[in-house]
Amino acid sequence: MAGTGRAGMLTRREALIGAGAAGASLMLPGGSAWAQGAGKPAELKVGIATYLSGPASVFGVPGRQTAEMLFDEINAAGGISGVKVRPIFVDEGPGVDHVVGEYRRLVQSEGVHLIFAAISSADCIACAPLSDELKRPTLLWDCGTQRIFEDNRYTYAFRTQANATPEILAALLYLLKVKPDIKSIAVINQDYAWGRDSWDIFRTAMNTLKPGVKVSAELFPRFGATDFSTEITRVLALRPDVVLSTSWGGDLDALIRQASDRKLFERSTFVMPLAESSLQRVGKALPAGHIVGARGDHWFLHPSPADPERLKRFNDSYRAKYNAWPIYPCFHMAQAVSAMKAGIEKAVAAKGGGWPTDAELAAAFKGLEFPSPTASVRIREDGQGLENQLIGTTLHSDKYPFPVLTDMIVFPAETVTTPVGQKSADWLKMLSPDMVAKLPQAQAFKS
Amino acid sequence: MAWLSENGILVGLALLDGLSYAAAVFMVAVGLNLVFGVLRVLNVAHGSLYAIGGYAAASLGLFAMSLGAPPWLGLPILLAAAVLVGAVLGPLIERFLLRRMQDREPVLQLLVTFALFMILEDLQKLVWGVQPVVFDAPLKWLGTVDVPFGQDVIPFTAYQLYVLPGVALATLAILAYVLRYTLTGRMVVAVTVDREAARAMGIDAAKVTMLTFTVGAALAALGGALAAPTVSLVPGVGASTIVLSFAVVATAGLGQIEGAALAALLIGLGRSFAVYVAPEFEVVVPYAIMVAVLLFRPQGLFGVAETRRI
Repeated sequence: MAGTGRAGMLTRREALIGAGAAGASLMLPGGSAWAQGAGKPAELKVGIATYLSGPASVFGVPGRQTAEMLFDEINAAGGISGVKVRPIFVDEGPGVDHVVGEYRRLVQSEGVHLIFAAISSADCIACAPLSDELKRPTLLWDCGTQRIFEDNRYTYAFRTQANATPEILAALLYLLKVKPDIKSIAVINQDYAWGRDSWDIFRTAMNTLKPGVKVSAELFPRFGATDFSTEITRVLALRPDVVLSTSWGGDLDALIRQASDRKLFERSTFVMPLAESSLQRVGKALPAGHIVGARGDHWFLHPSPADPERLKRFNDSYRAKYNAWPIYPCFHMAQAVSAMKAGIEKAVAAKGGGWPTDAELAAAFKGLEFPSPTASVRIREDGQGLENQLIGTTLHSDKYPFPVLTDMIVFPAETVTTPVGQKSADWLKMLSPDMVAKLPQAQAFKS
Repeated sequence: MAWLSENGILVGLALLDGLSYAAAVFMVAVGLNLVFGVLRVLNVAHGSLYAIGGYAAASLGLFAMSLGAPPWLGLPILLAAAVLVGAVLGPLIERFLLRRMQDREPVLQLLVTFALFMILEDLQKLVWGVQPVVFDAPLKWLGTVDVPFGQDVIPFTAYQLYVLPGVALATLAILAYVLRYTLTGRMVVAVTVDREAARAMGIDAAKVTMLTFTVGAALAALGGALAAPTVSLVPGVGASTIVLSFAVVATAGLGQIEGAALAALLIGLGRSFAVYVAPEFEVVVPYAIMVAVLLFRPQGLFGVAETRRI
């Protein structure tokens, strides 16, 4: 009877009970207003883990900027299915424990509807199980380790891009195509999971496709190193045909500059599957004739985008806002945002316009095909995204103050991705050397 | 014989790499050691001063080059930037922060300097952003030197071969001379050995402390400035530097100048030999050397065991 005759006013006791109940619902796993089936939420809160501090922020901050830009665009257009979106960024810089704590906080205190996590493979490995535990749809927006969906199955975690296996295999296939007589190789990778795992993938595939290549040196400077003089001297002395580096961020920038100063690029061909993200920063310190990948088919000058207008809009918006061309973390973030939008719209449509629960939204991501700025990406039944891979050779052009890519090969996703249910370590051993002869035609740089 | 010849040359190349690395590490570690000697504070923010020195040098250098300055001017600009950073930040930090911490618990001093480190890290990002900053005009101007390697030659940058070890050696010589043969230097040593007795003899310990901290800050900044042409300055560069500097200082013995040079040399050479012989141990070598030294000499290579005062 409380409230009777007071025109709907609450007593203090009622208000406290109501507030307590609302708070408790947020504290429970899966406790967002959305999950309770309370209808259209006032806003879509998206937790986004990216590097905002430390050396990797050269890479994580462009990802954050892209999210801010795209969220603004979505909101300006009325939101997703009429709901405005709001990002809440958390920093991966302090490490895995911090990110795991932040993941829980985002779900239990902030009540986010979705989470984008993360750049670091270690963070993704830690967060993927949390997505099922807390029943919160999670898009793995940038991390590379192939082990996530090969070693486990998740209901709430999906990867909106490729993984390490296609990214590294495509670079190897390209190398074998352009340099079939390779005799020796040295590796300079960052000393952490990605650096070690990516070398394992490369070496396993190389031993299958081109057995007998001599590994001159395996060098793993620490993650975040700024001085590679000793490694460069060692490789200069060994004179391998090829130097592989799957490094990225500030480490790769420093390696490229120092290798250039020491004329190492003149002695060996470099293969750098992640170097698209460094091209604008290192400028013409990186000479022509070296092999560069883009962790997907991302490049602002993609030779044959599915929707040229879409790519141009994305490039122009980013450039106008941040005075740089987008690099691959920007494209990966764009893919996660695009997947989120497509997934929600699919789930809303499946419910006849009603709002989906977390479980219904998660189900919508399975098999989802969504557009990226360069092509489309499909999420397989195991949660893994299928994404094409672009690899090219550096070229100096008068039009840009940094190297561009030429002789680009865009590898179709299915041809380089480990099939569902198989492990990369086994699948790579079953590759056929005639794969190299069947590669798509290379496409030249067009200004 | 051929094996010996080839490996002998490899050892030679590792020595050259180690020297250059040791020189860069020494510049930072010696400043840290000097500050500890006088202030008895292990300044975690020393790494930030290194980073800010690097960023300031790069910014000043890039600005000068954009105005059409000749590349050789890059070298004096590196030195000027280090002096500027030391002269501005040194007295500020000493006067308004460390002086207040002088007689506090070491753990509190550590926490305060760590907090300062975090603040300066964010300040760095506010001013210079997160994109790498590089100023390599001096390095490119000096060019490369081809070092014979059997029938082959290995290109080294003249900057790393001559400038870095040269400046480190000059710094060591100047510090050793000033501390031993000048009045100011003797006052610094007096305050280092016994602050109370130095005061009793009429030495203005507060002035000596400020001067020492300013010099220490400038040395950290000089380390960063000298590194600027060879590395990409990115957020976090100060953190990795301070950790390595701690290893050098602990190996040397707190407050030891020549010890810092020897420890930096040991660690630099150890690291480059590790890359050549057992690359997987490269990261742990500096700390393995530190642990090995501390096991046998807990006070460090040159440290003096102190009698505890009751």
